[in-house]
Amino acid sequence: MRAVRIATYLALLAAAAVAPMFVPEYQTQLTDLFLFIVFALTWDLVGGQMGYNSFGNVLFFGIGMYACAVTQVGLVYDVGAYNAARGGGATVFTFDVGQYVQGLAIGLPAGAILAALAAVVVGGLVLGMRGQYFAVCTLGLGFAAGEIANGWEWLGAGSGMVPATPPSEMADIKLFYYYLSLGLAAVTFVVLSWLYTTRFALAINAIRDDEDKAEAMGHLTTTIKVTAWTISAFFLGIAGAIYGNVRGFIDPIDVAFPSATIGVWMILMAILGGKGTIIGPVIGAIIFQITKELFWIYLLGWQRVALGLLIVLIVVFFPQGIVGWVRERRPRAVSAAGQ
Amino acid sequence: MLDNLNILIAAPPITVDLVVNGILIGAIFALAAYGMALVWGVVKIINISQGEYVILGGYVTIVLTENGVHPLFGVPAAALVLGVLGWLIYRLVIHRIVDRDMFTSLLATYGIAILLQQLMNTAFGGEVRIADAGLGTRFLFGGIVAIAEIKIIAFALAAVLAGVLIWFLKRSRTGQAIRATAQNPRAARVVGIDTDRIYAATFALNTAICGAAGALVAMAYTIHPYIGLAYTIRSFMIVVVAGLGNLAGVIVAGLGLGAAENVAAFVLGTQYQLAFTFSLLVVVLVVRNWRLARRREYLK
Repeated sequence: MRAVRIATYLALLAAAAVAPMFVPEYQTQLTDLFLFIVFALTWDLVGGQMGYNSFGNVLFFGIGMYACAVTQVGLVYDVGAYNAARGGGATVFTFDVGQYVQGLAIGLPAGAILAALAAVVVGGLVLGMRGQYFAVCTLGLGFAAGEIANGWEWLGAGSGMVPATPPSEMADIKLFYYYLSLGLAAVTFVVLSWLYTTRFALAINAIRDDEDKAEAMGHLTTTIKVTAWTISAFFLGIAGAIYGNVRGFIDPIDVAFPSATIGVWMILMAILGGKGTIIGPVIGAIIFQITKELFWIYLLGWQRVALGLLIVLIVVFFPQGIVGWVRERRPRAVSAAGQ
Repeated sequence: MLDNLNILIAAPPITVDLVVNGILIGAIFALAAYGMALVWGVVKIINISQGEYVILGGYVTIVLTENGVHPLFGVPAAALVLGVLGWLIYRLVIHRIVDRDMFTSLLATYGIAILLQQLMNTAFGGEVRIADAGLGTRFLFGGIVAIAEIKIIAFALAAVLAGVLIWFLKRSRTGQAIRATAQNPRAARVVGIDTDRIYAATFALNTAICGAAGALVAMAYTIHPYIGLAYTIRSFMIVVVAGLGNLAGVIVAGLGLGAAENVAAFVLGTQYQLAFTFSLLVVVLVVRNWRLARRREYLK
């Protein structure tokens, strides 16, 4: 059974790898999809597996995005002057191939590390809270970060920031980001799959089921919780760094810290697929991305209203998710699939 | 930032101006927070869509004003419209999540909030709006302290509404049933109280309070479709600081928050006012949890 499963995953990966050659018109949407899979998987590590439902994971997403963009620009120009010029002014800010590659090579890890560091610091402060207090506190964190970036002149404030523009020789850069996103989604999936077979997974599941008992059993619950959130933030930071470059423009509230869109969508995708499973968030992300695109095509003007309605409907009527639903109907099929 | 602080130290009347204006809006925060505490205590859900009812109440007032009605009539009108809407939302959504875990109610009400934001944006547009009551401004201390009359009226109306609400909860049969349900829903059912109906009434009462508060916001301040969450966060913060069922605490915390926000907006710059509010929530929760942790307890 395990061989069949791995063969399926490899076939999917291969299909995704050749997709840009056959359906180039969907390349942008697929890039988004891979990043959305990362959002859902990383949210589920803390929300589904550990039972800590965060509304503020966009914090790490945005920190990764800004850290990468600032590194890309800062290696060549003064960031304050670059953002103050807003693309106009006397100085022309261009990046040659070497500068661009170097910026990205340092920027991506910088985004990941800074996001992870933020998770260590913030996690140590807020992960002591339980249940709804943690949820509302992280909600505040996500919005606070957006508002701070919105007022911070050095980062371009409310007018946003443009990450380093690729030089004209690198016309296929979008394809590069496509494969980078695909790679990130695949690596996140593999790492988390492995993580969920270790004792660490048993520890975070124990925290979800009964934290007081887990602590009484001798688990260092705070350390475990911070570690889980840090792993989650690490991958989200890279996703943010890529997303900023794919968008080509960082608006502090709509792109970097979008609590009311991506921040909720990542929760919704994990719930829709099935919380606390490895395959659930992936299925959830795929179905959600397709639904979202269909809404954009057929409900133009009302798409955001429809998405709001979808959140309420899924949470109220379908909380067990697709994996949970299948598990109720066909318990044997799911256990055979390794879930 | 330090320059602004120096201005405050050098010119106390400016501080007075900021604090007084802050306290005036703080009354509206306290009103919305009281509604949140009511739903939290009785229905046992944390309502993230709280702020959206405030903003909707503001839009009801603005629509009335545009049709030639004086905005002050917007207060009862908004309360009525929002009360009906709250009852509908309870019947459609909330009653299905009453006995589920807290996270479900948080996420469902957050979904309602996003839905309402988008509906308001589609219906009324994204601009900053105000319902002009056509009143003047009063000056104290030789013109340094300026207080718009409408803010004083809003403050007084908020106080009156709070008084009516307390009287209703203490004296009326429904109010007593609400308080009984808050204390012990099972015992309330035993003595013949229809708790589901009481939950619906509580939720509708809360949205009506928010609607009235929103009418005051639209008159004395400004509204736009995406500002609701700030009112939710403020309400939550006030309730956390005051504690459930502590009315005096809600009032003090509400007025204090209004003053603190206004002073912070002056010192840090108005672009950081919301950042201050959201960060303050995090700080309040972290400090509370830290104090509990010393007694081996935690916020839950």
